[in-house]
Amino acid sequence: MKIANWGLYPVREAALHRPRQEQLNRLLDEHNLIARGMGRSYGDASLAPHILSTLPWDRLLAFDEARGILQCEAGVRFDTLIDVFLPRGWFLPVTPGTKFITVGGALAADIHGKNHHVAGSFADHVVSVDLLLPDGEIAHCNHEENADLFHATAGGMGLTGFILCVRFRLQRVPSAFIARQTLRARNLGELTALCEAHCDATYSVAWLDCLQRGKQLGRGALFLGEHAANLPKRLAPAPYRLPKKRPKTVPFFLPSLVLNRYSVKLFNSAYYAAKPSKPRQDLVDLDTFFYPLDSIHHWNRIYGRRGFVQYQCVLPASTGKAALHSLLDRIAATGSGSFLAVLKLFGPGREWLSFPMAGYTLALDFPATARVFRLLDELDRDVVAAGGRLYLAKDARMQPDTLRAGYPDLTRFLELKQRIDPHNRLASDLSRRLEMTPCPAC
Amino acid sequence: MSRLLTLGARSDIARATTQRFAAAGFDCCLAGRDIDNLRKDAADLAIRHNIEANAQAWDVLAADPLANLPLKDAVLPDVLLCAVGLLPDQTQAQNDAELAQRTLATNFTALVPVLEAYAAAMAERGSGHLIVLSSVAGDRGRASNYIYGSAKAGLSTYLAGLRHRLRGHKVGVITVKPGFVATAMTADLDLPKRLTANPERVARDIHRAWTKGRTLVYTPWFWRPIMTIIRGLPEWLFLKTNL
Repeated sequence: MKIANWGLYPVREAALHRPRQEQLNRLLDEHNLIARGMGRSYGDASLAPHILSTLPWDRLLAFDEARGILQCEAGVRFDTLIDVFLPRGWFLPVTPGTKFITVGGALAADIHGKNHHVAGSFADHVVSVDLLLPDGEIAHCNHEENADLFHATAGGMGLTGFILCVRFRLQRVPSAFIARQTLRARNLGELTALCEAHCDATYSVAWLDCLQRGKQLGRGALFLGEHAANLPKRLAPAPYRLPKKRPKTVPFFLPSLVLNRYSVKLFNSAYYAAKPSKPRQDLVDLDTFFYPLDSIHHWNRIYGRRGFVQYQCVLPASTGKAALHSLLDRIAATGSGSFLAVLKLFGPGREWLSFPMAGYTLALDFPATARVFRLLDELDRDVVAAGGRLYLAKDARMQPDTLRAGYPDLTRFLELKQRIDPHNRLASDLSRRLEMTPCPAC
Repeated sequence: MSRLLTLGARSDIARATTQRFAAAGFDCCLAGRDIDNLRKDAADLAIRHNIEANAQAWDVLAADPLANLPLKDAVLPDVLLCAVGLLPDQTQAQNDAELAQRTLATNFTALVPVLEAYAAAMAERGSGHLIVLSSVAGDRGRASNYIYGSAKAGLSTYLAGLRHRLRGHKVGVITVKPGFVATAMTADLDLPKRLTANPERVARDIHRAWTKGRTLVYTPWFWRPIMTIIRGLPEWLFLKTNL
């Protein structure tokens, strides 16, 4: 069957297997494999000729009510966790922009959210993980036991073993609502100043207009959020009830010319103008604050059949602002950007292959065209020169040397991989492209 | 609190249906052979739905098939869901007497003492439901699966008789006849996509039948008219088909 991840680029022919956990060893004897959850990475991360779907591994195994520690199988989804636990007053400690991901995927990509600067990434809340290694052994990994394997698995893109089950902490929340503040910024300088001034907010993320140049380069809005404890009278009786929404859907691929320089410019201008010129407060439910795009099913089809690529980089704090400026200028000059442009200030990161580091992260969508790929190669050079790196869960096209330059722990990771998987039984199109595992043809 | 006992609880249909009853507030007892996985299923049900759930090692072919099962008054379930079944390769079953016998026992004869025990206990209490998975395969014997089909045919007739006996005792017997369902049991078969249901759909139909007090459920619904036609074909015409 044809399979692609969220960017719908690349598409590949693959066999999708759905064995029980006990049958996995036998399957591994027959084929090299990569695990796949909901396929919400953007590029070729969970793609290979033979793919193992973890979705059938969807059981909750144990919940410690007192400490909020949940143990569950790797295929359990974040939206299931919200359905089950939000009514009891618990929420995910860290969540990305979609709830349609698995716990295994969250760890393998070491996802981050709007609260990274105060709460770190998903792996920072994981207590232990059980991994099935290619030799058939089950490794119990935590901060004391198999610690290297534990940390390498966070952001390890499924290359260190099959994640069978994960034990992690949920966070207590006072309600299903977020007190949100929206602040507008007329240019990049104002925007980054706002980010830094509000660095003690729990949730913080900025949108920016990536097609502006000159004095308005980087104009946008900062969204801050706090879990709301004091609800208005009409909501107070059921503080954990999420309002029901009727999801919309994009029923077919839009023709590729719908999203172009002019329509995006128009959207960006309208979106910016709609933001309040003075800071504004409001109350929104968790679903609206964290997952605005989830209510539009198949929104990735608006980019058309050729698909799109998401470019997410992080620039270290020291060089960040200057590098951001030149990146945005380069992007605006080509007019290739999209309306989805996100900027966020990260806190300190982890080791091994985890993506976040202290500094600014910028995420943009681009149509998957040759012209864009040339632009992205140029952006890579700027990012590397600034000491930054790209997010593997979003990447579809970077070169191996960009990976090497951005992740100083890559050598250590590859040595560990060689030790536990000398025959490279676990490999993906991503790992082959980035020369982390050998290509059969090479 | 209402109680559900699921026999053959690792079946995909059983798991989906048990989840539905648990969501409706039933405490669950899961009986089957794979006790490790059953315990994990029970843990999931308990956490997900805030009910009590436990697992029981049980094999319908055991010398005493009633051992380990909750039968005493205090633990007698309100609903018994029986999803025990074995679908053999037809050709293999034709040539292997042991497999043929085991198919008939697993799908029909070995279930009889268990269902009789629960029928009697529920009738004495004056309440309860027996929901048993049969199959459209029992509606007419056909070359491609008659050993399995005949066992299910026997089961369906047995259940109809049980239902008839229990009228007036306030115990319901529901015969569930699924058509093609995408489960572990049919994983190796090449089923026609349009006609194949998923276990969640079957679970929904079963739960709805129980709430509405139905007695015979074809799931999905279109199997009822299909099997009416197939049953209605005169033998000389049926012999010309390749079903």
